[in-house]
Amino acid sequence: MHIEIDEISKLFGSTAALHPVSLAIPSGALVALLGPSGSGKTTLLRILGGLEFPTSGRVRFDGQDATGMTVQDRRAGFVFQSYALFRHMTVFDNIAYGLNARKRATRPTRPEIARRVTKLLDLIQLPDIGARYPSQLSGGQRQRVALARALAIEPRMLLLDEPFGALDAKVRRELRQGLRDIHDTTGLTTVFVTHDQEEAMELADLVVVMSMGKIEQIGKPQDIRARPATPFVRDFISA
Amino acid sequence: MSDRAPSLTFRSASDETPLTRWSLIALSFGAMGLLVFAPLLAVFAEALAKGWWAAVASLGNRDALSAIRLTLTIAAISVPLNAAFGIAAAWFITKFDFRGKAFLITLIDLPFSVSPVVAGLCIVLMFGTNSFIGGWLVAHGYPIVFALPGIVLATMFVTFPFVARELIPVMIEQGRAKEEVALTLGASGWRTFRTVTLPNIRWALLYGVLLCNARAMGEFGAVAVVSGKIRGQTATMPITIEMQYQEYLSVAAFSLAAVLALLALVTLLLKTALEIRHADQLAATHRH
Repeated sequence: MHIEIDEISKLFGSTAALHPVSLAIPSGALVALLGPSGSGKTTLLRILGGLEFPTSGRVRFDGQDATGMTVQDRRAGFVFQSYALFRHMTVFDNIAYGLNARKRATRPTRPEIARRVTKLLDLIQLPDIGARYPSQLSGGQRQRVALARALAIEPRMLLLDEPFGALDAKVRRELRQGLRDIHDTTGLTTVFVTHDQEEAMELADLVVVMSMGKIEQIGKPQDIRARPATPFVRDFISA
Repeated sequence: MSDRAPSLTFRSASDETPLTRWSLIALSFGAMGLLVFAPLLAVFAEALAKGWWAAVASLGNRDALSAIRLTLTIAAISVPLNAAFGIAAAWFITKFDFRGKAFLITLIDLPFSVSPVVAGLCIVLMFGTNSFIGGWLVAHGYPIVFALPGIVLATMFVTFPFVARELIPVMIEQGRAKEEVALTLGASGWRTFRTVTLPNIRWALLYGVLLCNARAMGEFGAVAVVSGKIRGQTATMPITIEMQYQEYLSVAAFSLAAVLALLALVTLLLKTALEIRHADQLAATHRH
């Protein structure tokens, strides 16, 4: 799905989290929103997901205005930094949550839900953990379950907030490859937020460098490395 | 390096010496026994001072039965209402940012700091026959003060903080991410509350409801002011106990007191039973 962000701004009280920013995300791209904390990257992601609404500007999905669209209608697979798994449910029920939440008319049958959950567990390469509770999983496993849960709703896009933030370096590298693979198999437009420039450069097709609520530079990783547009970008990517 | 002889038992830094440990244990048990257990036992002993028959007979009279019925009715009305209000208040306070939030939290605590007698007087002032609202309601056949509605209002005022106070810290700790995930997965607000919020707060909710219930059944001060203490009509269990005690009907007073204490113990046992029954689930959700 093609995403257009047109002059979006966001005020929290009197502080501006986002100055008007514009960005076009081509369908099927894997995009990194890169910046230090307080740069507005998470706010922008939450606006795409419908968890925040912009103070001004428009969001368009495939050319259609989606600025005021409810979070439920957006069908954005959202993965939180903390994973936010439902700890009172098994992994199976976590992944099936979105399907069970559908209205009766569009809800798949029980065996169909089971089939899809099994398929997703295979996709994240954890086929045997359906009966476990989140507390019995490692950090990396939890992250993958959160990803499977987001994918279960057949999302139109995938939005990830610091998806590897809480993991150690080795698991991080494995999961990076995992996300790349899942992106390539599903072909979903994917946007992830990170403060780790190495992660952004290695994983993304398109990197959006942000600072203080503004976009500093948009480009392919190699272009940003070769020609940083501002002193901030140069400093940030060499850090 | 150390003046202590090397030992095969491993100690951790947070361990205490046996002496400290045992004195602390003895102190807690001693205080519990002296301040809680012994007085409770004394109530039962006093109730049974003239034998089982006298105790049971004193509970069988009309006033005592009416008091028990009234107290249970009040708890049955005010506890569910306060649970609902408490959930709503805790939800509102923890899930939204707004101006005056700190003030609202203080307001929720108000019943804890205001004397119940003052609370009772406030209700009399608000809804008494001489007030505008009270006068109108009495004229239309719905008296508040010296009647069940007034007692329920007084009880609800006094017990309002219990549920909200239990829930707010739990809900703050849990944050909003889980609810937000449920919404992004397509769940409605109500479904999110039912399947995500409620299961995560149910133990705190249960605990708050039990405390609220215990206090609702035991409330004296506020109820004493608004009820008018009409025997057989508006006298709750605590009020009846006090009246009987003042009239030197000690067996009657202590028998009813024993019943009140038993009701509280039952709620406590219920909670413990639930905890034991769901122990594995509690462990699964409280790890990490």
